[in-house]
Amino acid sequence: MKRIINEMKLRLPALSVNEAVARSVISAFAAELNPTVEELGDLRCAVSEAVTNCIVHAYKQLPEGEVGYVYISVRLYDVREVSVEISDNGCGIENVALARTPAYSTGSSERCGMGFLVMESFTDSLSVKSRVGKGTTVLMRKCFS
Amino acid sequence: MKESLKTALDGRTLTARLSGELDHHTASAIREGIDTELFKTRPEVLVLDFTEVDFMDSSGIGLIIGRSEVARATHTAIRITGMSERHLRLLRMSGISKLDNVTLG
Repeated sequence: MKRIINEMKLRLPALSVNEAVARSVISAFAAELNPTVEELGDLRCAVSEAVTNCIVHAYKQLPEGEVGYVYISVRLYDVREVSVEISDNGCGIENVALARTPAYSTGSSERCGMGFLVMESFTDSLSVKSRVGKGTTVLMRKCFS
Repeated sequence: MKESLKTALDGRTLTARLSGELDHHTASAIREGIDTELFKTRPEVLVLDFTEVDFMDSSGIGLIIGRSEVARATHTAIRITGMSERHLRLLRMSGISKLDNVTLG
């Protein structure tokens, strides 16, 4: 049975400036497990994708002047594993399977629709749960060598 | 804030040197900077140099795809250079190799 050795919760307003904040804080926190530069880079990139999704998509229907929040929960396990849960109370995803299809995007032409593919490729497991009108939760696990 | 884009025109080649962290937040200023120069100079070749990019997520891929669309209007070919192995991994996941006006190297 794996044991939690440290945990952290973070709540950030869904502002794009917080994409860098989230990945920096999480990678600093996970550094305790002494991952390789490569592994930490993977985690940073996966976190950046998940947080960006919350910012680009989740709260796009909020009235002007209102801001949503991104909730992040990070756990370090004694088996050299980190789990990162990133959730929002936003619009939710109607069809998660479709959203996870590479190159599918409801964003602008500057968004390539690779977010979930990157999260999946750069971590060891990814689960996405979403309810329309309620929000989305992404859970990623990454094992370090 | 650190400057994240430097552009230079040499003959018919426009070089855009990107630096720092390339994510959804920083991409918009970089995009505007490149597009402004692109329309001003209408070069034959646009070199996107990633040598000094320390971090990039899929927003970087979106930036390249977006520029390839803009470059069609100016009849510009795009060349991507200076990508680290990590950035190349992202690139390989995308369909960028299918874009006829973008080359790597």
